[in-house]
Amino acid sequence: MANKISDEVIDYVSILAKLELSEEEKEQAKSDMGSMLDYIDKLNELDTDGVEPMSHVFPVTNVFRDDVVTNGDNSAETLANAPAEKEGSFQVPKTVD
Amino acid sequence: MDSLQFTAAELGRRIARRELSAVEATKAVLDRIEAVEGTFHCYVTVDAEGALKSAEQVQQQIDSGELRGPLAGVPVAVKDNISTKGMRTTCASHILDNYIPTFSAEAVNRLQRAGAVILGKTNMDEFAMGSTTETSYFGETKNPWNPEHVPGGSSGGSAAAVAAKECFCALGSDTGGSIRQPASFCGVVGMKPTYGTVSRYGLIAYGSSLDQIGPLTKDVTDCATLLDVIAGHDAKDSTSTARDDGPFAEALVDDVQGMRIGIPRDYFGEGLDAEVREAVLGAVKTLQERGAIVEEFDLSLVDYAIPAYYVIACAEASSNLARFEGVKYGYRAPEYDGLHSMFKRTRSEGFGAEVKRRIMLGSFVLSSGYYDAYYLKALRTKALIKSAFDKAFERFDVIVSPAAPTTAPKLGASLSDPIKMYLGDIYTISANLAGLPGITVPCGMDSKGLPVGIQMLGDCFQEKKLIRMAYTYEQSQNRRVQDEQTV
Amino acid sequence: MSRQYETVIGLEVHVELATKTKIFCGCSTEFGGAPNTHTCPVCTGMPGALPVLNKQVVEYAMAVGLATNCSITQYCKFDRKNYFYPDNPQNYQISQLYLPICRNGGIEIETAAGRKTIGIHEIHMEEDAGKLIHDEWDDCSLVDFNRSGVPLIEIVSEPDMRSAEEVIAYLEKLRLIIQYLGASDCKLQEGSMRADVNLSVRQVGSETFGTRTEMKNLNSFKAIARAIEGERARQIELLEEGKEVIQETRRWDDNKEYSYPMRSKEDAQDYRYFPEPDLVPISISDEWIARVREAQPELHDEKRRRYCEEYKLPDYDAQILTSYKKLADLFEETVAICNRPKKVSNWLMVETMRLLKEHNMDPDELSFQPSNLAKLIMLVENQTINGTVAKEVFEQIFKEDVDPERYVEEKGLKVNSNADELYEIVRRVIEENPQSVEDYHNGKQKAIGFLVGQTMKATQGKANPGMVNQILKELL
Repeated sequence: MANKISDEVIDYVSILAKLELSEEEKEQAKSDMGSMLDYIDKLNELDTDGVEPMSHVFPVTNVFRDDVVTNGDNSAETLANAPAEKEGSFQVPKTVD
Repeated sequence: MDSLQFTAAELGRRIARRELSAVEATKAVLDRIEAVEGTFHCYVTVDAEGALKSAEQVQQQIDSGELRGPLAGVPVAVKDNISTKGMRTTCASHILDNYIPTFSAEAVNRLQRAGAVILGKTNMDEFAMGSTTETSYFGETKNPWNPEHVPGGSSGGSAAAVAAKECFCALGSDTGGSIRQPASFCGVVGMKPTYGTVSRYGLIAYGSSLDQIGPLTKDVTDCATLLDVIAGHDAKDSTSTARDDGPFAEALVDDVQGMRIGIPRDYFGEGLDAEVREAVLGAVKTLQERGAIVEEFDLSLVDYAIPAYYVIACAEASSNLARFEGVKYGYRAPEYDGLHSMFKRTRSEGFGAEVKRRIMLGSFVLSSGYYDAYYLKALRTKALIKSAFDKAFERFDVIVSPAAPTTAPKLGASLSDPIKMYLGDIYTISANLAGLPGITVPCGMDSKGLPVGIQMLGDCFQEKKLIRMAYTYEQSQNRRVQDEQTV
Repeated sequence: MSRQYETVIGLEVHVELATKTKIFCGCSTEFGGAPNTHTCPVCTGMPGALPVLNKQVVEYAMAVGLATNCSITQYCKFDRKNYFYPDNPQNYQISQLYLPICRNGGIEIETAAGRKTIGIHEIHMEEDAGKLIHDEWDDCSLVDFNRSGVPLIEIVSEPDMRSAEEVIAYLEKLRLIIQYLGASDCKLQEGSMRADVNLSVRQVGSETFGTRTEMKNLNSFKAIARAIEGERARQIELLEEGKEVIQETRRWDDNKEYSYPMRSKEDAQDYRYFPEPDLVPISISDEWIARVREAQPELHDEKRRRYCEEYKLPDYDAQILTSYKKLADLFEETVAICNRPKKVSNWLMVETMRLLKEHNMDPDELSFQPSNLAKLIMLVENQTINGTVAKEVFEQIFKEDVDPERYVEEKGLKVNSNADELYEIVRRVIEENPQSVEDYHNGKQKAIGFLVGQTMKATQGKANPGMVNQILKELL
């Protein structure tokens, strides 16, 4: 494998992705990511100098809505699937120390 | 009368003529589900009660003359990543296994307005990440042609349900081939429309710039009929296109005289199963006999589509799936120590291995220092692939290829080597990068008795050419079957 | 301290736009309301929901950009900023990184040190987050998404400011421009304008910048000034001790007058921006820019000049009146009714300002009708009431927006011009104050002032002061 993924990289990406991997999963992730990146490195064979990156396939622009209130009180629906609710709000572990 | 034999359009016609009722058709298909679901496991959720209730209502509306569309009263299945108000929508993931949407996808609203009866939600690869339907949290779906084989994926449940007559037609979604490949493996018709043709509102996103909802059906007529129902501009989806070239059913014409077919040499080389090649080239010959002009060409860049796809799709997925963290809906880990621990535990317990693999890769390619080398490089490659297709469509009306390099593999044979699995998407993936429409039609069987599918790709907004060619091919096959029966 | 340090400051100012609906959905932006009552699938990040851009957001952002001399990015896009936090329902914020709508502008500020231009690096559009409330009882936090998706613009300045004074002048100028445009009410206390301070120090004469910190949680001009002083001192102390300043985000605690690092190990600060695939790019034509420019109202500098020319006000008056849009609006509307610009200006600059200060209020909170001030001015002019009474009536206008004509009538405050009655009262005042009378006769002119005052007091301020003077002199 040309791409060697270190423990630090896996730990860092786990923080970004908010995933907690077991030691076994970490080893698997290192090998999976390494071989995927080797494969993706194939793109380096291509000369893309001067090619504009294409994020949208069609050159469509300016899709807007008017500034008109269309929604009413939707709180019951908003909270319908909440894993934990209190006083009309989503309850989460405390966010400040 | 075995109503299960009817296509969706045929059933719709008979319901309209009062030969049978929506309720009878729904009961028949629910009985069928009851009988074979244990074997094939096409569904995550079957809503028998809801389906019967809605069939009754639809029948009343048919009787009163309010409803007269071609799908009025026809029982359909919906892939479980397409939101259905009040009906559990899981993406075949533990993290959403208790999620009940409070709104329906636009495609579902359109189905319901047309009088279709929703039977339930079909199984899929978790969050549509996979090609076999084996990554589902709820267990794999089996191929109705041979239950030891996979149905393909990610819309494997929808394709298998159509093939197993557990519905009359179904909705799937296609991010890299997820409609066309399972259609091929299950011997049904599947279409990915041009990006923007069907609203993505309510489709739980995997790769937003690649995802499209589309039909899985018994034949090309049903495909056009279902597409006409679900396609259309939606103000709720900024990437939705207003088109005025419908209805697609107008293209159900048995004639390909003068249509130009391009055969990309790159798609018929190494890695392609010999029997699949033979079946596909046989179909091309049939089309040629019907008057199409066939020419081989070099599409180029074929090898770059899969790596570019995985960078883009995984990057978008890492962001799209960030919302699942146990705050607003879905699973929340029972034990955690503080906020970030809750996020991590919930996601680690809630997502399966393939989803985690793609989220990790996607987070990595977007992270500081790698964005240019991976993400922008992939977007540049996408631009080159798009222009290669633009060039090809100056010469050809339709590009024809297999839908997949092989027929359906055995259960458990694919997941061990992810890259090998990813390579199976080689013929379908480019259409998503370039936004193109593509259709898969059955074109024979291999020696194991598994279906082979032919894929036809068109330029953007050229679904009608695809429908016309697919219909012509299908008609020629029907004639052949009739001839054989006569002999 | 032997070395001389210079403070280098740049600001990131978030302004909530005055749209009726959120940036990507049709939910109301109205303040207040029970938790989650102004929410929908889009602004709560429900699976499958998609954003659609509010056109007014683009127009407000363009208007602010044009008014701050920015160039408009005629092909601009949204990007996703990825980070996990429970007030951020999608766990990404839709913002602009690569192609912000406005770039390369600047505004002129005025301080005691003179005039100076502060550069504006860029202005971008983005969505606000929800609100987190800490629940002490259950030791948890509660998430309310009513503010989630409220449109913001973030105005990023160049590091051109060197003192708290310049920072306040810049913020006041910015606020004025945006309020004049009607793009936001810019209330710091309510959070519709928020400033993050990027600050570094360097030795005077140094060409390079020092390491900067970013300070958040500054919700008044005073807090900003204190935070700048506090952070400057902290950084200089570090450098003097031979330590390094760490580039980080710090949270200002205005009670303790100290900032604390906000970073945690769970917070990698790697936002993985990429183009938002759910929104299409924005293409802004020259015609559209011209339309927004034309629709732009008169801004502060223009108005100030016009007040001097059209109303013949001194520049000092014009400067103060235009320093708050509310004051300027009140001024113009009142003058339109009574056509007494200098008098209106005096009432606003003297009595109004005094009462605002006394009640610790902002000019934006003024609520009286211009017609009532106009009536008051006319009551004084035609001598229906005298100046003392007028001030008392104005207080009632200020507080209760009373109709001065009715109020004067009801309270019987009209000037007493009944000569016989006045003669009686003045006689009594003279009798009761022999000492003052003697002083007057001995040439002490001041004594008459005292007697006038006593007379006014005896009439509860209703006497015509001119008449009182005349009668006093006559009787003495």
